[in-house]
Amino acid sequence: MDLFPPIPLAEWIDDFVDWLTNAAFLFDGIEGIISAVLTILTSSLGVIPEWIFIVALTVLTYTFAGRSPSLTIAVLAGLLLIDNLQFWDDMILTLSLVIASTVISILIGVPVGIWMAKNSVMEQIIKPVLDFMQTMPAFVYLIPAVAFFGIGMEPGVVASVIFAMPPTIRLTNLGIRQVSTEVIEAADAFGSTGAQKLFKVQLPMAKTTIMAGINQTIMLALSMVVIASMIGASGLGQQVYYAVGRNQAGAGFEAGIAIVILAIILDRLTQSFGQSRK
Amino acid sequence: MAKIKVEGLTKIFGKKSKKALELLNEGRTKDEILHETGCTVGVNQASFEVEEGEIFVIMGLSGSGKSTLVRLLNRLIQPTKGSVHLDGKDLATMDEKTLREVRRKDMSMVFQKFGLFPYRTVVSNVEYGLEIQGVPRDERYEQAKKSLELVGLKGYETKYPDELSGGMQQRVGLARALANDPEILLMDEAFSALDPLIRKDMQDELLDLQTSMKKTIIFITHDLDEALRIGDRITIMKDGAIVQVGTPEEILTNPENDYVEKFVEDVDRSKVYTASNVMIRPETVNIEKEGPRVALKRMRDSKISSIYVVNRNRELLGIAHASDVSKLVNDEKESLEDIIDKDIPQVDPNTPVNDFIELLTSSSVPLAVVEDEKLKGIIIRGSLLSALTGNEVNLDGSVSTDSTS
Ligand SMILES: Nc1ncnc2c1ncn2[C@@H]1O[C@H](COP(=O)(O)OP(=O)(O)O)[C@@H](O)[C@H]1O
Ligand SMILES: [Mg+2]
Repeated sequence: MDLFPPIPLAEWIDDFVDWLTNAAFLFDGIEGIISAVLTILTSSLGVIPEWIFIVALTVLTYTFAGRSPSLTIAVLAGLLLIDNLQFWDDMILTLSLVIASTVISILIGVPVGIWMAKNSVMEQIIKPVLDFMQTMPAFVYLIPAVAFFGIGMEPGVVASVIFAMPPTIRLTNLGIRQVSTEVIEAADAFGSTGAQKLFKVQLPMAKTTIMAGINQTIMLALSMVVIASMIGASGLGQQVYYAVGRNQAGAGFEAGIAIVILAIILDRLTQSFGQSRK
Repeated sequence: MAKIKVEGLTKIFGKKSKKALELLNEGRTKDEILHETGCTVGVNQASFEVEEGEIFVIMGLSGSGKSTLVRLLNRLIQPTKGSVHLDGKDLATMDEKTLREVRRKDMSMVFQKFGLFPYRTVVSNVEYGLEIQGVPRDERYEQAKKSLELVGLKGYETKYPDELSGGMQQRVGLARALANDPEILLMDEAFSALDPLIRKDMQDELLDLQTSMKKTIIFITHDLDEALRIGDRITIMKDGAIVQVGTPEEILTNPENDYVEKFVEDVDRSKVYTASNVMIRPETVNIEKEGPRVALKRMRDSKISSIYVVNRNRELLGIAHASDVSKLVNDEKESLEDIIDKDIPQVDPNTPVNDFIELLTSSSVPLAVVEDEKLKGIIIRGSLLSALTGNEVNLDGSVSTDSTS
């Protein structure tokens, strides 16, 4: 199949990436912000004594996630297990990475989703981009992330954001578009401004759907922690990565279980926020 | 001056609206235009005036353009052509900011499926219109509570809409529309989603409220019974165009064309009701003991121009006209015998309303309801109309609105 010379797609992308590095000051700025957010998160979460943290999360789970005793006990036992396995500091790092990625995803994703909902042309443009972002193997994002941000936690956050943001955008768009026309007409008929309609009607009515998107974003960000550890992001993912490298099944499982426990807690808590009354 | 004056109001849905407008001016039909341009004619050159304080009903089959028309009035839908003058200002061309003020202060809307905000409590739903105007919290809460009380929902302030029945939800919708005290209420099939009994309650309540509120109400419905019950005037739409505007009586008695006639035929009550349902008590004189002077006095007292003449057994002999009777009085005659008009329309009490509507409309005197030659009652146009619009007619001629029919 040598009818045509091979298209130098890889070269083009390399050229583009090279060209982008010219904008180094921009990436330095972004890196600075991310690293500041991470520092705040790790240090503030890190100074909380383990037992206070455990009690607080257990109580939170009990009050918000349907007052289910079995879930509460599972969360309590899980957190104690993480502490017992000496993963506490790693867990805090991973949690910081997930929270930072999620917060950035929300800050970008929700406005983009709103824009899509209000403008059908934007929807047409952004939808295929989102498909692309989600189907591209997550590893690929590591390459530009390293190119712009070096190694460490910051590029991990960047790769996680790219991979995890699409559900938030999609479901924000969907949630706003789902609001019934009569309710929108009611908002208009009483003389709402565009902003009043958005903040008093559309976003509150889309809240459950948007929260479902954020929940997915959190889960995807968590699923990125092992991949991000390949470019130097520390935390539970790194423990898994080391264990795999040294062929230590037991250690790998321990760290893996810690990730699962964290996932369950985050999942239940965010789901319950989505469903809480109106 | 009319409160709302609509002139040549037209809405065409679709991309080639210019072309469609041209075709419309050439007098082409909605179907032809759809075929040729792919555009739907929503409203076709509607012109009418709504007077201050009246309930103006817009009626038509589904798809006839009622919802589009009412949304052109507050510009939820942008008109393709034409004007909507409210107190002299044209809504169709005013800028966004002025339009928003009009929507906030002058007209509110009530929706078919209520259009309530499900995440807000009842009272905060009602507050919405005031909230977005920046009315302080306490003040708008007080106003919302008053509005809820008006529609009979006192005590439901902290409920959520999904905790209420359909009828109650629509009361919330009505309270929300009343909270900012607009002059104009737009109601798009506001009661159509409710089941029949509740619907009737709501109609009665709206009429009750209206006697004290005196709003200008534009009420959309596809149901003639409802239109007749609550409308001061009714306009009938077909394929986006206005076919007839008139009082309920004019619509019933003088349908402009087959389309309107078909609607009128569909009034269920006219099939179900018989003469005995709609008759009232006549004024009579007993020829065997009462003469011209009594007859004349009785006519004067009850302000009528003719009186029924019966015998001791209440058998109908005929009718005596005031002019003839006063002649007898002048001539000092003692008996009515000579001037009885025997040529009067009569029906049996069991005759369905449908079968004598024509007789009634063509006759200058009321119909006499006669059974075994005895006069049971008479039917006049007014009482027939009240009956058809769902009010119970009592034999003494009064009309009760809390009908149980
Ligand atoms: N947004 C729209 N786009 C295209 N056509 C519409 C739109 N809204 C209404 N129509 C059409 O306009 C006509 C009138 O509709 P509508 O005003 O909803 O009628 P009604 O309220 O009397 O049932 C119908 O033929 C309908 O299909
Ligand atoms: Mg409609």
